[in-house]
Amino acid sequence: MNKNFILYAAILIFGLAAPFLFPAFKVQLSILCVLIVLATTWNIQGGEMGYNSFGNILFYGLGMYLCASVQVGMFFPLAEWTESGGEKTFVHTPTQFFQGMAVGLVVAAVVPTIVAGLIGYSILGLRGHYFAICTLGLGVAAGEISGGIEIIGAGQGFTTPPFPNVGSLEARGEFFYFLSFFTLVLTFIAVRSIYSTRFKLILNAIRDNEDKAEAMGIETMKYKIIGWMISAFFCGLAGGIMGGLVGYIDSTDVAFDGREMGVFMVLMAILGGKGTLWGPIIGATIFHIFKEGFWTFFLGWQYVALGVLIVVIVIYFPEGIMGWLREKYPERFGEVVDEKDRKAQVELK
Amino acid sequence: MDFLVFQYPMITLQACLDGILLGVLFALIAYGMALQWGVMNIINIAQGDLVILGGYIAYFMYLYGIHPAWGVIVAPIIMYFVGIAIYKLVINKVVDRDLFISILATFGISILFMQLMNFAFGADVVLANSGYGTTMLFDNNVVLPNSKIFSAFISIVFAVCLVIYMKKSKLGRAIRATAQNARAAKILGVDTEKVYAATFGINAALCGVAGALISITFTIHPYMGLPYTIRSFMIVIVAGLGNLPGVAMSGMGLGVFEEFADYILGTEFRIGSVFLLLVLILVYRRFKLSRKREYLK
Repeated sequence: MNKNFILYAAILIFGLAAPFLFPAFKVQLSILCVLIVLATTWNIQGGEMGYNSFGNILFYGLGMYLCASVQVGMFFPLAEWTESGGEKTFVHTPTQFFQGMAVGLVVAAVVPTIVAGLIGYSILGLRGHYFAICTLGLGVAAGEISGGIEIIGAGQGFTTPPFPNVGSLEARGEFFYFLSFFTLVLTFIAVRSIYSTRFKLILNAIRDNEDKAEAMGIETMKYKIIGWMISAFFCGLAGGIMGGLVGYIDSTDVAFDGREMGVFMVLMAILGGKGTLWGPIIGATIFHIFKEGFWTFFLGWQYVALGVLIVVIVIYFPEGIMGWLREKYPERFGEVVDEKDRKAQVELK
Repeated sequence: MDFLVFQYPMITLQACLDGILLGVLFALIAYGMALQWGVMNIINIAQGDLVILGGYIAYFMYLYGIHPAWGVIVAPIIMYFVGIAIYKLVINKVVDRDLFISILATFGISILFMQLMNFAFGADVVLANSGYGTTMLFDNNVVLPNSKIFSAFISIVFAVCLVIYMKKSKLGRAIRATAQNARAAKILGVDTEKVYAATFGINAALCGVAGALISITFTIHPYMGLPYTIRSFMIVIVAGLGNLPGVAMSGMGLGVFEEFADYILGTEFRIGSVFLLLVLILVYRRFKLSRKREYLK
């Protein structure tokens, strides 16, 4: 416990100091925070509950559009804003910007949660392939449909309000970094406290054998929907932040980017290790470093590398880093291994 | 606007005929998907990308002065070996694993193919001009390009050939035996590894035929693969595995649905409506099955 406390304190201090230590990487660090949030929350229903969804991108994109729309719509007519296509005919004052952002983020978190609750009953009844493909379809359908809606910019995209001039050039990066870092801390605390309750055990029971869990008297559908709603809440929040950070929302390339972000979150969780607390965090960090390195040095080949990476990870590394560590050092994970068992295994090999 | 379809019967007829001719092509792709799904229990997300690759083979023949219709012969031969290669490199490692693993692995292949095609062939929308002209029906009110009729005809020919092959040949019987019970087939001396490879190759070859036909009748683009995957998945779940007339019927139904969605909602919602239909069908299926208290795994 004491050791853990020191670890958390060290990470927190590092996180708070990071934008001043590496001022050039502020945007990258903010994106990393958002990616960790996405991977961690995907893990709630993908890793713990066993419902592998490609559709969490739906909540992410929904949050992104909602946050930006509320931020604009609170003070200016939304249709004229999107029509002007990013021309600065309307300018947010700093107060308006931050008020809009705060309300926008609340809406961006709450509405996807409600949406998840509403569609959860129909979608979460599907199993296996059907759930995965159905959620994939949901994500792509949302992208295609939002690309045809005029008021949120249709095909030409939606420019989020530019950051107001508050005196310092560094302010924008720092604001978004601390916003995403705060969200990350919030997510971590929430997920960690969820994982220490009975709720996690129920989710694991659903993953291991849903019919048996139901037979044991667990209302599986209720818990599945709650699990999905928790994911949706943080995905929406992450989407709202990412929208402001990127500054431009396109229906299929930024918001409902099922081919990219939708797969990234699955991949990060699998790379780190599904069904563990730290796995998605480690996976997201490694993935982001790899991705940015590759994007910088081999521009143009990044998606080829991504495809190869997915195949390699999935085939050779399905347990992820945490799974591998767990196999290697089971004592550290609180598993008691009998000495005889180990010897027997060695002899078998 | 919604009533336009009913006020103008000729437009309705045009949409129906277009949809049916298009649907036959979808059914051909879906047949390949049903085959590998039934035999190997794998859902191949890269199905659509194999189709597009087949289309590019025909397109390149067209560029080098060969009539693109010959792509119908050449594309499946090349695609058969591409399919075998994919099987040897990736699929045989995921074939008996968790279902989600195979979906994710084929998703990776799909992204890889998409990008490689983008590099190799460029991001332009292309089509191979067959120069077949058009057929006018009903006082020139309904226009049907001959290439569409040709492609529907070729699809039917290939489907029929394949059905006969599956019924009569030794490999076909081995494939059907493996689909019924892989372990029993293995005990009785069927080399299931070979059967899996052949199944995947045949599926890729079917995709090649469909792709070559699509490059003649419609357009191809490196990123257009995923909708074809989703369409074939949808057709297979509506028809059920191993129900060939069902695959043909639901393929045509999907084609007609798409043409009407195109007319009524507008072209920008066409792909979106396909994906939405998938979600609706799955949800409908879930409620129908849960009433019976049984789940298909």
